[in-house]
Amino acid sequence: MTAPLDRPKRKNPLARTRLPLLPPAARSRTAHGLTAAAAEGRFALQVCAECQAVLYPPREACPSCLSARLPFKDVEAGGTVLTETTVHISPEPYFRERPASRIGLVKLDAGPTAVAHLHGDVGVKARVRLELKLDRSGAPVMVALPQEDTPNMADDPALREMTCDPKFRRVLITDGRNALGQAMAKAMVDAGASLVFVGLDNTWKPFAGEDKLKALKGVEFVPLDLTDSNSVTELALQIGARVDIVINTAEHVRAGGMVGGHGLNDARDTMELRYFGLMRLAQAFGPVLRMRGADGVNSAAAFVNLLSVHALANWPAYGVFSAVEAACLSAAQSLRAELRGGGVKVVNAFAGPLETEWYQTLPPPKVAPSALAKAVVDALRKGTEDVFVGDVAQDIRARLAVNPKALERELGE
Amino acid sequence: MSAAELKSFAKAIASGGIRVVDLTQTLSPEFPTIVLPPELGQCAPFRLEEISRYDSRGPAWYWNNFTVGEHTGTHFDAPIHWVSGKDLPNNSVDTIVPENFIAPVCVIDCSADSTANPDFLLTVERLEAWEKQHGRIEAGSWVFLRTDWSKRDYKAYANLKEDGAHTPGPAAEAVKWLVEERDVLGFGTETIGTDAGQAHLFNPPFPAHFYMHGKGRYGLQCLTNLDKLPPKGAVVVAAPLKIKQGSGSPLRVLALIA
Amino acid sequence: MTGRHPRKAYDGVVACLPVTIPYRRYSTNNAQWWIGRALRELVRGSGLRAQDIDGFSLSSFTLAPDTAIGLTQHFGLSPRWLDTVPLGGAAAVVSLRRAARAVQSGDVDIVACVAGDTNHVDSFRKTLAHFSRFSQDAVYPYGAGGANASFAMIARNYMDIYGARREDFGKICVAQRQNALSYPHALMKSPLTLDAYMAARPIADPIHLFDCVMPCAGAEAFLVCREDVARSLNLPGVRILSTIERHNACADDPVQVRGGWVVDIDELWSMAGVKPSDVDFVETYDDYPVISMMQFEDLGFCKKGEGPDFVRSHTFTNDGDFPHNTSGGQLSVGQAGAAGGHLGVVEALRQLTGKALGTQVQDAAIGLVSGFGMINYDRGLSSCAALLARPS
Repeated sequence: MTAPLDRPKRKNPLARTRLPLLPPAARSRTAHGLTAAAAEGRFALQVCAECQAVLYPPREACPSCLSARLPFKDVEAGGTVLTETTVHISPEPYFRERPASRIGLVKLDAGPTAVAHLHGDVGVKARVRLELKLDRSGAPVMVALPQEDTPNMADDPALREMTCDPKFRRVLITDGRNALGQAMAKAMVDAGASLVFVGLDNTWKPFAGEDKLKALKGVEFVPLDLTDSNSVTELALQIGARVDIVINTAEHVRAGGMVGGHGLNDARDTMELRYFGLMRLAQAFGPVLRMRGADGVNSAAAFVNLLSVHALANWPAYGVFSAVEAACLSAAQSLRAELRGGGVKVVNAFAGPLETEWYQTLPPPKVAPSALAKAVVDALRKGTEDVFVGDVAQDIRARLAVNPKALERELGE
Repeated sequence: MSAAELKSFAKAIASGGIRVVDLTQTLSPEFPTIVLPPELGQCAPFRLEEISRYDSRGPAWYWNNFTVGEHTGTHFDAPIHWVSGKDLPNNSVDTIVPENFIAPVCVIDCSADSTANPDFLLTVERLEAWEKQHGRIEAGSWVFLRTDWSKRDYKAYANLKEDGAHTPGPAAEAVKWLVEERDVLGFGTETIGTDAGQAHLFNPPFPAHFYMHGKGRYGLQCLTNLDKLPPKGAVVVAAPLKIKQGSGSPLRVLALIA
Repeated sequence: MTGRHPRKAYDGVVACLPVTIPYRRYSTNNAQWWIGRALRELVRGSGLRAQDIDGFSLSSFTLAPDTAIGLTQHFGLSPRWLDTVPLGGAAAVVSLRRAARAVQSGDVDIVACVAGDTNHVDSFRKTLAHFSRFSQDAVYPYGAGGANASFAMIARNYMDIYGARREDFGKICVAQRQNALSYPHALMKSPLTLDAYMAARPIADPIHLFDCVMPCAGAEAFLVCREDVARSLNLPGVRILSTIERHNACADDPVQVRGGWVVDIDELWSMAGVKPSDVDFVETYDDYPVISMMQFEDLGFCKKGEGPDFVRSHTFTNDGDFPHNTSGGQLSVGQAGAAGGHLGVVEALRQLTGKALGTQVQDAAIGLVSGFGMINYDRGLSSCAALLARPS
């Protein structure tokens, strides 16, 4: 049984903060098929297109028929532990400073045998369900979990290393003024975050939902205006070292494309808040996040971007907005690479239109802010990197995979 | 006026014989701006972005770029700002004759009324009562409405409720009267606009803008330190930036008091 | 397939001139230096000139960016037969059998079989990190510490199925240490007791400290040539009775419980015309003792599953009834990278020519050398063995 985590003690301000170390990150190009699956929380292995053999570790040719057509496909994630060991001494500094960890050889129901991290609640030679997870270096590893959920299983130290569980962590929600920020604040409180900072710009401006937000326990309001460099810097100076998860809820949705728009102000405002806002957050909070990746139970863990799925494919009805979102996605990729060295994940949650004011005229399906918030909590708990929330996001993603040109045309019709 | 008189004027300023009162709010990112429905175009708040500060970007010097709307902070409204003044000659900040940037000011103290009622409106009666006490408002003067609104914290200053801003301002007739009966140079306030917070409901809507700019007069808003001015006798220096076709601009407003 | 083509004997071909460059735990010299020293010892011991060595077979992990060809220019060799055998613990026997066939067919007269590696501070970790594609993708990221965790899982499984105990592995290790105490080049110089073995700190359960070899720098080498050439050089030549080699065998075993020897073992004995009881000593690949135990089974000294009993009922010191890893094996001498397999061949050449540096096995006439290597993913892929006989 997993021992529940203790609420982290107040940090000794005189103690040195340990620098983050990473597990070995090198993977072959083909193995990044596993990275892609792990990023979305899928369990996908190579399946030979000719003889259907399921392969692991990743290969360039099928050992049954030598076919080179070996796409990654979702496969059954069950398995049985054949043998195991507890690694006490590793040559890798990352493992040396962590408790001895169990690894096992697991016979997958899908066929191959895989070395996997074993969750503490997995019994000897037990049945397990496997997940592909991104470890602290952002590289994919197999994790064998007990067949059925066990109490406090998320608190398993090895598992928590691979997730960004909000439990006992301190979260900064950058904008509490909109429905999204408010839903996110509630979700984080409910998920056991020890403190939720909620940013508010123009504090003289009242907003809907203010009272409800203020009534939430564990929420602390902080002045934060993502369009103002000084405001972001000042907040980071004050609370930067106490923020473990940043969730950027700033929103600036406006309809309109390139030709029909009247001047640049809307576009500039969107860019100012979304793109430059993200950059300001990255510059102000990134350095300290990156230094605190190994700072105990409440180490820095994640930077969450809420992106329009039209970052992936422009929707001309919201053409300018889509373009800004694309810029944000690109920036998030850079941020991801830059924070990786600190063991901090960048989570991108893609959604289609939300049930919010700015998508008022659109027909369903739309994503409720609370649903998006729940998806983010889920992603943090699972440690996934890319999450597609709701039918529209899933639809766009699927169509993009099949034929990006068709998607481009159809979005413009 | 002789050169000697001008020189003695300068000396009086230097020696304190003439006091200079700064009527300007500091330009800062936090200072409230006008709030319009979000689907309309918005006035940019003041933003400062460091260019360098004795660092790798410029080792021996400190400087900034800033962005700001024409109507942010303590600012000047030119007639072209309003549709009623759009076709007037010399209606933009770059074409206004510079003589108009220096003028005497009448300060109508309604601070007590405004404290009691945030929706306080300056009426013709109130202006006439003021004249009875202080003498006629002379043509070419600024008229400033003192409400002590500038002393409030930002929230109380913007004073936004579910039905919009509640801040004092002039009644429509009062503006009309000032323009037509007294031929003033312009109207100034401590609040975010020259009009009252609820002036969108007036007839015409936003009368200070409509009448003043319709007759080629000016506006000043977000003023401060009006409590330091005499009802009459001060002279205001208010010269906006010379922005080509500019509808207004942030500016430094100074009052000279003998 | 309809039966195998009969194999030709290695008549007239011998291995000779065992060379060891004394091991060091860490070396500031690179692999080229170690290999060069071994080559020089071959030249010195044979009285040949470097140019006269017309065959060169090389094994090394730490030679990058060089390969064998670069070393020909580096060392002033001009061979007409050149081979690289990157097979780790299987390299020695494979090198031997390839060289023997090349000599036998006349493609080459004298082959220098050399294995050498350096061990810089932190170079072992880097070798592990990039050992193989499968390891890089699917083992090393788990903190496995190279082969330790993989063999730990193999050992645990073997213990579960066949009832081996740590004490049984310990007996192998303790005997090897005893053998090592008289061998001058062994890095481990103090006796090991079973209690100390049992009490050692765990590395990866059930593997403890003394189950693991110590990575080090060193080189091993020997010559392969015709018997008459050896005689002309006054080198006693050890005869090659038979050899086998097999890779990626029994791939369907979920966890490795046997090596590729099982596929070819009958041929090893029949080709040599001897039986297990004729063997005077055995050099197994001993990274880790569970693998030695598997070799006792798979090489035919006992049946599968009888390894633990075999160990309990025999003594493995050089004066025992089953002399095993007579120089102390890698467990006590150290593992000089790719030279780990050569350690056994070189020691066998010494024992069979009566020139053991440590305790001589009495009347050693026939020795068995076995190699195993390349834990590419979850198991060792290469296995090989050779039966060698003293000079006629």
